[in-house]
Amino acid sequence: MPEPQPQQFQHRQQQPNGHDDAPATSSKHLKADRSLFAESVTIQRSPGDLYAFWRDPLNLLAVMENVQSIVPIDKDRSTWTVKGPGGSHYTWVSRITHDVPGEELTWQSEPGGEVENSGRVQFLDAGRRGCVVRVTTAYDPPGGVVGRTLAKIMQREPRIQTRRDLHRLKQLMETGEIATSARNRREFAEREGDDK
Amino acid sequence: MKAITWHGKHDVRCDTVDDPEILNPRDAIIRITSTAICGSDLHLYDGYIPAMKPGDVLGHEFMGEVVEIGGRSTLKVGQRVVVPFPIACGSCFHCGKHQYSACENANPADKQDMGREAYGEPMSGIFGYSHLTGGYSGGQAEYVRVPFSDFGPLVIPDDSIPDEKVLFLSDILPTGWMAAENCEIEPGDTVAVWGCGPVGLFAVQSAFLMGAERVIAIDHYPHRLELARGFGAETINFEESKVYEALWDMTGGIGPDASIDCVGMESHGAFADNVIDQIKASTFLGTDRPHVIRQAIMATRKGGRISMPGVYGGFADKFPIGALMEKGLTLRTGQTHVHRYTRPLYTAIAEGKIDSTFLISHRLPLHQGPVGYKNFKEQQDSWTKVVLKPGMAAAA
Repeated sequence: MPEPQPQQFQHRQQQPNGHDDAPATSSKHLKADRSLFAESVTIQRSPGDLYAFWRDPLNLLAVMENVQSIVPIDKDRSTWTVKGPGGSHYTWVSRITHDVPGEELTWQSEPGGEVENSGRVQFLDAGRRGCVVRVTTAYDPPGGVVGRTLAKIMQREPRIQTRRDLHRLKQLMETGEIATSARNRREFAEREGDDK
Repeated sequence: MKAITWHGKHDVRCDTVDDPEILNPRDAIIRITSTAICGSDLHLYDGYIPAMKPGDVLGHEFMGEVVEIGGRSTLKVGQRVVVPFPIACGSCFHCGKHQYSACENANPADKQDMGREAYGEPMSGIFGYSHLTGGYSGGQAEYVRVPFSDFGPLVIPDDSIPDEKVLFLSDILPTGWMAAENCEIEPGDTVAVWGCGPVGLFAVQSAFLMGAERVIAIDHYPHRLELARGFGAETINFEESKVYEALWDMTGGIGPDASIDCVGMESHGAFADNVIDQIKASTFLGTDRPHVIRQAIMATRKGGRISMPGVYGGFADKFPIGALMEKGLTLRTGQTHVHRYTRPLYTAIAEGKIDSTFLISHRLPLHQGPVGYKNFKEQQDSWTKVVLKPGMAAAA
């Protein structure tokens, strides 16, 4: 048996309202009609590198498969167009509401867009494991619960997309390329086509 | 090019398909010189692995010559390489821990959802082994696209070593080796090995090389048991003898110190539990037929170790979790971290310490692949290992 080492146990403060330490996005008490989710990925790169990558819309387009275009309007605002189920498209203007270089960005869609949404991306230092990129998104699904279910079946649901986007980001940042199992350019183009 | 493709249960064909191309900077294209049919390919052949699509190119044991490279490949055109069956990037968290078959970056992002649903986390990429593991085209073909070619393939520097001596570095030799390593064999140990297919036979050799005093090999094919005996193993033919009782007696009422399940989800034998499992699997009430792992758990000595390289894919019924706990057993398993073992095992082959060629019973031209599958499945006693060779002339 290994010799027990002297240890300073750190008392953890209780969460407000007696909650556990799990993220609020994992709560069983979230309302079913509310679309709030968080997705995280750990990437062997520094928070600074990943923040810098994220801040450039052209970079995001490379990993966000369902985003058709991001057109900058000014320093904090850009027009986003994403693909929806069955060849549909949704557009809104996104505004960065809080920007802490190397740490986090929050955004909010401007009124009048086709999908009301807001969210936060955090770049959390994970020491030797690199950086945890954590995206929290709240959105108002077009078509309500039915629309969201349809989007899920068509794999256009924002949570599925976010999870895949984060894994493509990880692949690109860790290996220098985004993995594909296509055998050749024709098959690659076909699969891309399937997806549109 | 010609390639062996999957079309459904017991339906594999040699089709003409589009050639592979370089798509990513770290890719290489390999012209296949030798490729083998693996026991785990039979799980695909028998329709036990979900997420296959008609036309998928099979094969995850292959080697050949580099014919084209991407901008960031470190291979050179003309080099001879053996390619590990799991696809690993070499730079993620798991690769950093040498857990290459858990690589996080090789399975394309849009293919990961299924694995997350089935197993809680996506699997890594594997060549020619369903869309659960990425949907990559396999190497039972004239050419294959190999991602991360700067990391995975082992260059065979010595042209005088024939393909057949090194081909099995792609899967079954490291798999047999890791199976034995997972048993943490101590001097004086008795190790029981269920299944004397290629992985089982390599596990027998590896267990002895790691210091096992006795190895007891279990199967029902006389020829395969004879091959195990060739390496010094004692044998139990489960059609002639009661396995649990024999093991108990042969180990002086202690049980084997370690057990290796080299069978997996499609165990043979008319045991009551296995017959019920077959009915369940064929009616979709269960997926796997875990007779061997059940028996290994019951037979292994208290505080012993069990290694499970045999492939399971879904859910097991009547799993003796009580015996596992009450006897204090350790169970280790997983897809092989092939990249860990290719270099040291290549050295062992080059130095003549490990023989892998004894396994090969049949060599066929690529286009006879479907015949190879059928006979490897139906005549397991004599068809111990099939190697397909693109370009080889058909036998008369």
